[in-house]
Amino acid sequence: MSKNYLDIIRPGINTTFQDKGRDHLYHIGIPFSGAMDNRNYLIANKLVNNNLDSPVIEFAYQGPHIKYSGEKINFAVTGDVIFSIKKKDTEIEGKCYESYQIENGDEINIISTNKSVYGYLALGGELDLKFQWNSCSINTKANIGSNDGKKLDVGQRINLKKINSNKDIKKTNYINTKIENIRVIKGTNFDYFSEEGKKIFYEKEFTVSKLSDRMGMRLEGPKINNILNTNIKSEGLIKGVIQVPADGNPIIMLSDHGTIGGYPKIGVVASVDYDRLVQISPGSKIKFKEINLSDAETLFKLYEMETQNLLSQI
Amino acid sequence: MIKNISNLGDAALYCDFGNEVNKSINSQVIKYFKTIKEKKFEGINNLTPSYNKLIISYDLKKTNFKEVKNYVENINAEVSIDINSKKLEIPVCCHESFSMDIKRLEQILKLSREKILENFLNKEYFCYMTGFIAGMPFLGDLDENMRAQRLETPRVKVPKGSVALTEQFANIYTFESPGGWNILGNTPLDVFDSSKEDKPNLINPGDTVIFKEITLDQYKNYNE
Repeated sequence: MSKNYLDIIRPGINTTFQDKGRDHLYHIGIPFSGAMDNRNYLIANKLVNNNLDSPVIEFAYQGPHIKYSGEKINFAVTGDVIFSIKKKDTEIEGKCYESYQIENGDEINIISTNKSVYGYLALGGELDLKFQWNSCSINTKANIGSNDGKKLDVGQRINLKKINSNKDIKKTNYINTKIENIRVIKGTNFDYFSEEGKKIFYEKEFTVSKLSDRMGMRLEGPKINNILNTNIKSEGLIKGVIQVPADGNPIIMLSDHGTIGGYPKIGVVASVDYDRLVQISPGSKIKFKEINLSDAETLFKLYEMETQNLLSQI
Repeated sequence: MIKNISNLGDAALYCDFGNEVNKSINSQVIKYFKTIKEKKFEGINNLTPSYNKLIISYDLKKTNFKEVKNYVENINAEVSIDINSKKLEIPVCCHESFSMDIKRLEQILKLSREKILENFLNKEYFCYMTGFIAGMPFLGDLDENMRAQRLETPRVKVPKGSVALTEQFANIYTFESPGGWNILGNTPLDVFDSSKEDKPNLINPGDTVIFKEITLDQYKNYNE
């Protein structure tokens, strides 16, 4: 029996444990998984003095309501999230990018993300979770990872193996920037599409559909007409690939995507824009902007430097 | 041999072995896959072999397209590597409670149920690739007169263990999943086992699979 634990009063809509994800498994059909917004995941861990690859609780839209039991512990929330902290008889509004200390009986109520999708809750300690292929990341599709590969459920208890001795309170001033123009690199089947279809892809707006999840982001808008073939021989996918099925509506592959697909690939989202792409909420409009490989590489390098810089200041 | 290497986004190499789907091209893909996998090039984080393509994805923090392309171009995948292929027998029950699309197949193929089973069972199929969902094998080639298109509207839920056909291929649904293939039967065998981290897949690319029919009773008692 662990003496430090969390009780889930309300699990939220899509609450899972995530970490850096798992690699070297595409060939057997297992995707990366891992935290969708990697930068916010890293910052959450840094704010509570964890190793940067520690598991955190990821939530989408409505988050969990948690009651904590045990000795004092720090926690932090990252993303654009509305949450409160209940201590005895007082309830205060929480601020993202600040760590807080809670003690026995305190509650964290993550009400919702604000005009974004994913948020992160890190606890300053080590959650007692099962690892599969060096990762606790939950893949609900194949029931892989901690919690038997299932979303968190009401009434569940999560134990902590260890609490960090470093309980320094930390804070940073990070602001999530929003993007509407998603930078993409031309896909390997770009020439499957009509001249008009290609023009639509780069010039028109698309709306993010409600049918988006950790596997993929579905888009609606003007149809992209395919002139060569609506199918290709099934082949590998990577995250960020934009497939266009016969109905002409693009689908962007996200972190839990199927590893093989048979629809033509019109483009691939540049790595630099992935963290911000996944935060675009259903109903929002997006546009694609073409960039070349060398610019994509340079932009990612700058983005990565910025992430490291942010982390070093915490 | 690799006909062309291009980039798939900024963090993957797209190695094209041609447009045909046959065992000889696929064996080339598997050879490259196994060679690169064994060498553990720093930064490469995933390899996805398929019928005639190999996608190599890498960590953009550690390497880039130019480096990985240069590395792949200079690999000697011709050296004899042990493909280590296995021959596996997969029990399949084609009782009417499992073969959801038998009527549709009878109509499309213009063959009787008996003839369809005779054409499908007890024959060797080659595993071209695994994936889409964890452990799902893509097996081929079916006889020419056994080739049917996908369902017009895919099922929202295909039961776990379903053995299904589309075009020249058969597959096995390792999990309950959406899917549009024609379902012929069901196997009680666990084709994917996540508790075996070193070898979760029963069937791997390069393996040969033979489907053997079992009765409903045998199916029910299989895991006891």
